[in-house]
Amino acid sequence: MALRILSRKTATPSISGSLGSGHFRGLQTFSLPDLPYDYGALEPFINAEIMLLHHQKHHQAYITNYNKALEQLHYAINKGHASTVSKLQSAIKFNGGGHINHSIFWNNLAPIHEGGGEPPKGSLGWAIDSQFGSLEALIQRVNAEGAALQGSGWVWLALDKELKKLSVETTANQDPLVTKGSALVPLLGIDVWEHAYYLQYKNVRPDYLKNIWKVINWKYGGEIFAKEAGVVESR
Amino acid sequence: MASSIALSPSTVPGQNQLLRSSFHGSALPPSAISLTPNKQVHHVSKTCLKITAKFDLKPPPYPLDALEPHMSRSTLEYHWGKHHRAYVDNLNRQIEGTELDELSLEDIILKTYNKGDLLPQFNNAAQIWNHDFLWESIKPGGGGKPTGELLELIERDFDSFEKFLEEFKSAAATQFGSGWAWLAYKDNTIGHPRPSEKDRKLVILKSPNAVNPLVWDYAPLLTIDVWEHAYYLDFQNRRPDYISTFISNLISWEAADLRLQKAKVEAAEKAKEKVKKKTEDSDTDSSSSESDSDSE
Repeated sequence: MALRILSRKTATPSISGSLGSGHFRGLQTFSLPDLPYDYGALEPFINAEIMLLHHQKHHQAYITNYNKALEQLHYAINKGHASTVSKLQSAIKFNGGGHINHSIFWNNLAPIHEGGGEPPKGSLGWAIDSQFGSLEALIQRVNAEGAALQGSGWVWLALDKELKKLSVETTANQDPLVTKGSALVPLLGIDVWEHAYYLQYKNVRPDYLKNIWKVINWKYGGEIFAKEAGVVESR
Repeated sequence: MASSIALSPSTVPGQNQLLRSSFHGSALPPSAISLTPNKQVHHVSKTCLKITAKFDLKPPPYPLDALEPHMSRSTLEYHWGKHHRAYVDNLNRQIEGTELDELSLEDIILKTYNKGDLLPQFNNAAQIWNHDFLWESIKPGGGGKPTGELLELIERDFDSFEKFLEEFKSAAATQFGSGWAWLAYKDNTIGHPRPSEKDRKLVILKSPNAVNPLVWDYAPLLTIDVWEHAYYLDFQNRRPDYISTFISNLISWEAADLRLQKAKVEAAEKAKEKVKKKTEDSDTDSSSSESDSDSE
């Protein structure tokens, strides 16, 4: 069995710290992180079949193709093949982004008995209330943007760590949040690719979005917020 | 009932009109090529003769279980019955009472593509067109190999049919995220001093989300939908298996061939119009003083 790299204990806010990694011929490669819960643990909101395919097939494919692209990049750089280096950028962005985004996503979810769906506490809860009016207002905003996103992509609750401001963002395909702004830190990312919900919700993306909040793990986003916003928790 | 009157070609100027007249009297099966805009009149105001219309959800030209086991009834029920339907309903809602209400589907697509800066109606309009085109790109008992001129062009432009398949599969497999892969006929003669048939080529394209080759002025011959909803119920994450099955068992080369003939006629018409316009322009230039007085 693989190491539990993504267990809640070791999950850290920084992206590099939370990704499974290894070495391949002197090149750093990545491996599939374990889920911090069972595939069926999010039922009935996200079923076990979706979780299994999503983790073992989709996330694994991003990692496999990311490693492949990195290896080719490594080779092309050593050989000085400039056109190959540029040609690989789209595969690196897509597959690398797929790996980053899914690694965050697994941490954004938790079974109900482990705190899934519990509203955010502390400084993040305050920040949401003061910027969006209420958690409910934020949820409506995220659901609306997620439902309106054309094709495949992600909807995010982001922290701009320089302006210390929260915002709702969307990214296309597997573009990671950082492509929308270098100061943006993902607190919460929701996958709105059809593979994230189709076997259960079919064409009704809004129902998936409505239900996913029952298993959102706000602790993860809250810890990142506290760290990145430099907030000292009052207790 | 008023809502069942189809728009006559004269109310939809442009491509459709051209195509209808070109094929008038030929023995084409009506389902093979979309010649009729799927728009129906729902309101004709007598005072200003303004026609507004709603788009219809066009059914596939076969029963929903006819593509089994390669594409399940369940996939068709969702893909056509829910996704395609939603694009139609949403577009009708979006264009009601706007200037787009009077346009053909193709014209809405071109207008709302807005040189790549997509307007909100584009996705729905283009997805209606794409799905109409998709259902007619496949058929029960499809697959196999094209024949005749289409095969010749494929061999000319891709070296061999096998090479074409390889490239088409690769385009469909590597479209990042949602989108489409296409075989299209590209009229490359625009701007050529002496255009010839050789400048018209078959090309393989991929496009993200709702974008289709109409916006680049190419004539699509075939398509495969690689949005996940097109294959997830039957193949889950195995997009390459879906693509192989689609090509080997569903593609209608007959439809592609008819579309090629249509595209060639259109390209020839376009070239003729261009020559005509050029002659008129030079006539106007050489006799500008006379035409000035004529216009009075």
